[in-house]
Amino acid sequence: MGSYVPSTPAQRQEMLEAIGLREFMDLYRDVPQEVLLKDGLDLPAGMSELEAGKAVRAMAARNKIYDVILRGAGAYDHYIPSIVRYIPSKEEFLTAYTPYQAEISQGILQSIFEYQTMICELTGMDVSNASVYDGATAAAEASTMCVDRRRSVTLISGAAHPDTINTVRTYCFGAGRELKVVPVKDGRTDPDALKEMLTPDVSSFILQQPNFFGLLEDAEGLGALAHENGSMYVMSCNPIALGTMKTPRECGADIAVGEGQPLGLPIGFGGPYLGYMATTSKHMRKLPGRIVGATADDEGRTAYVLSLQAREQHIRREKASSNICSNEALCAMTASIYMAAMGPDGMEEVALQCHSKAAYLARELCTIDGVSLAYDGTFFHEFVTVMPKTDEVLAALDEAGILGGLPVEGGLLWCVTEKASRADLDRTVSIVKEVLGK
Amino acid sequence: MKLIFDKSVKGRRLTILPECDVERELLPEGERRAKKPLLPEMSETDISRHYTELCKQVHGVNDGFYPLGSCTMKYNPRINEEMAALPGFAGIHPLAPADAVKGCMEVLDTAASYLCEISGMDEMTFQPAAGAHGEFTGVMLIKQYHVSRGDTKRTKIIVPDSAHGTNPATAAMCGYEVVNIDSAPDGCVDLDALKAALGDDTAGLMLTNPNTVGIFDENILEITRLVHEAGGLCYYDGANLNAVMGVVRPGDMGFDCIHMNLHKTFSTPHGGGGPGAGAVGCKEFLKEFMPASALLSLMKGDAAEHIQVRSFMGNFLVVVRALTYLLMLGREGVPEASINAVLNANYLMQKIKGTFTPAFDRICMHEFVLDVADFKKATGLSALDVAKSLIDYGMHPPTMYFPLIVHEALMVEPTETESRETLDWAADVFRKLYQLGFDDPEYMHASPHGTPIGRPDEVRAARNPVLRWVPEG
Amino acid sequence: MNIPADLKYSNDHEWVKMEGDIALVGITDYAQSELGDLVFVNLPEVGDDAVAGEAFGDVESVKAVSDVLSPVNGRICEVNEELLDAPELLNSDPYGAWIIKVEDVDGLDDLMDAAEYEAFIATL
Repeated sequence: MGSYVPSTPAQRQEMLEAIGLREFMDLYRDVPQEVLLKDGLDLPAGMSELEAGKAVRAMAARNKIYDVILRGAGAYDHYIPSIVRYIPSKEEFLTAYTPYQAEISQGILQSIFEYQTMICELTGMDVSNASVYDGATAAAEASTMCVDRRRSVTLISGAAHPDTINTVRTYCFGAGRELKVVPVKDGRTDPDALKEMLTPDVSSFILQQPNFFGLLEDAEGLGALAHENGSMYVMSCNPIALGTMKTPRECGADIAVGEGQPLGLPIGFGGPYLGYMATTSKHMRKLPGRIVGATADDEGRTAYVLSLQAREQHIRREKASSNICSNEALCAMTASIYMAAMGPDGMEEVALQCHSKAAYLARELCTIDGVSLAYDGTFFHEFVTVMPKTDEVLAALDEAGILGGLPVEGGLLWCVTEKASRADLDRTVSIVKEVLGK
Repeated sequence: MKLIFDKSVKGRRLTILPECDVERELLPEGERRAKKPLLPEMSETDISRHYTELCKQVHGVNDGFYPLGSCTMKYNPRINEEMAALPGFAGIHPLAPADAVKGCMEVLDTAASYLCEISGMDEMTFQPAAGAHGEFTGVMLIKQYHVSRGDTKRTKIIVPDSAHGTNPATAAMCGYEVVNIDSAPDGCVDLDALKAALGDDTAGLMLTNPNTVGIFDENILEITRLVHEAGGLCYYDGANLNAVMGVVRPGDMGFDCIHMNLHKTFSTPHGGGGPGAGAVGCKEFLKEFMPASALLSLMKGDAAEHIQVRSFMGNFLVVVRALTYLLMLGREGVPEASINAVLNANYLMQKIKGTFTPAFDRICMHEFVLDVADFKKATGLSALDVAKSLIDYGMHPPTMYFPLIVHEALMVEPTETESRETLDWAADVFRKLYQLGFDDPEYMHASPHGTPIGRPDEVRAARNPVLRWVPEG
Repeated sequence: MNIPADLKYSNDHEWVKMEGDIALVGITDYAQSELGDLVFVNLPEVGDDAVAGEAFGDVESVKAVSDVLSPVNGRICEVNEELLDAPELLNSDPYGAWIIKVEDVDGLDDLMDAAEYEAFIATL
């Protein structure tokens, strides 16, 4: 019904005549007759805006909106300040393309430059790119960055997110390289296994911090093992945790990557998210994707441009190390606004609240008979519990509008963010207690 | 314009979070960062004004004509944004139980059925996050197909020299040797060059049709037949799908798999460089090779190994936008969009003729290429100079210096959402500039004049990279 | 166009200067002027084989990247790391800015002398 074509039928006819054609299908005279769609598409008739809105709203209504989400595992339900939602919906930002024309794109270019700076500050690294698709692809791109002629094997911790491992595996399989998964022991990367797997052909070791089970790894120690072997060290870190946690730079990482979704992006059934990537000056030119640099125009005014473009596919073609073109620019801007709204103190505060509330829930759950933590040691805002009747527990929580922990091997993987109040957590504990007490 | 960091005032903050209502716990010593990140400290007023200032230095589709060839900068309907922001989508966890996400699955299934019908494919995945990412996924389908048959001698992907740079880069990422074949003078596939390149080492062909100069390759059935005869598969780069929706389907042209850019063809906004979404479709026989989330497979008890190109199920909220658009267009609106995209391109090309020269003087598809070489000979002004001059008239320049087979190329794609009045205005601007090139070439060479900055020194940016702000002192 | 008389030249616009048994290799004045302002050079590793007619590295301008082909056979024994920080030397001093040094050199006889190279670029 609506196709957003503004020209009136009369205008279209006149335009066609101006071209010297009689029928609209004359525009398609190069298309072989036998493949032209004679009967049109087998699709429903178009709708008005009112009807389309109704139809899509009806779909949204078939989803369940939980009051409390205590599940993370790669998608984190944080509070998004109102200003963070509002600014990226400005039409100039929303509807622009990649800023190829610097003279009319300074706003976007400067926002990316600011984003790059904030990612550097958060991770302690020297250089950030303008973003890649998500945390999983960021890890995959990092593994590609590390490969040279002598070293092609990538190692990844088995305690990384399964989607990250599988995405890195796919990129490696594509390029004809090997990926080996380092075994997990007691919820953490097994250092002895890592030591054995670090052979001279290993290009990089990828560690997730905190890991998939929420636990803090011995990031410095594991990284040192990789470096002793002459391999690069890649850390994938939760950016909210970095509000208080030791930075990848402090842990000795050569490349810092991660899922930027917690920085003000809605969980949105999985996307769009944000892959951040940062590295040391030494490896700057190996970074894939767009990078914005500062320079000047002919009158000496500060100007921002897409820089170091000769690394990229549109110039290097089959010799480019990545094919990335579109990235997640608007998500990167959203993350910058989030970090500006939180500030240095707010970033620490949100991290501490996540950590404190997760610790509180873990402690309270463990007061219930039959509930215990699956793993010892420090966790950030996710932890695994062992308990009986997990199906019933989750069903009871669900009924109360609470999305409980994710069933994983060994138990339930819970996540607590600053959004959950003490009352929410107490309610959760009492429901669990009730189910298990039956 | 000041950087956000230069506007920071120590101690200034927003009130976002409540007091922590449980006992505060710090990470153990030794696990904490040494100092806080140097993020800006702002009020909400500061933040709001900063970004408002930035947005005044951006040209989006809503600011004016944006004929950026190959990027399909059509209008992005507001209803799409409203739908994507619904809490029933934005607040849904990707790992919520199946019962709780029925609406999300309905979005994906409905969008898939529309896109399968439009592309002539049997199966669709939304996991890829962008066009190039879709290419990667598609070529990985081809790779898995050959590997599964034990056909490991197929090591080459054929790519025409007129292709987007992502095509050869993608093939290389998938471990293939890239065979670049010369195009015929009209940018179409040179059948002899194709035949010479085909062999039992051919894994597949990557092709855009209409091609990158905006011409529909009339030999398309012969091309896909030849590739199939050699045992290869055909990949359709959907970058130019906006020309042919509802008129002809890639699946019927003989393609085995395809990606579509939801952020081009299906009206979702490009956000200054993303997020996009690259839906990938394939024929039935490739279905088993489609990507899946390892974690979601685990939860479903699906033990089969799948490739995976990113986490979960892709840029879902982008799919919501595209679906809203598709529902509105429906059976009649989809071809209407394409026919008018082609009409607009031909009309604009016709009205520019007589000044700047079309590289191919024939009916084009949804875009056309101007060859500025003659103009350059006469005036000394390049395609870059023309592009920069257009800015002063409030027009976003066309794509410059692409495709590579036309040396002084300006690639113009008006899209169907521009009115005749806008096209008449744009043609006038091109004609004026053509004359200006002869009257005052120095002025044009120094353009743009009315922008916050003049042409930036890109050599300096590349030689001395300054890629982040550093505090003074 | 500067074409020093004491060097050898390839038709891919690289020059060779012999210092004892070692060949210094760079790009010619003609090459740098065609390529425009160079912003980066990708160097090979010491120990790599140099094969006449094959790329050993590349040079980047803002909008292009061009392979640099070895004019001779041999083994790369040194790379000019100064160019990593100062690629502009390739433009300002093309015959001073050697890119690699090659030992066990072979294939010098196939190269042009200055007069031949001058005649060659006149045909382009």
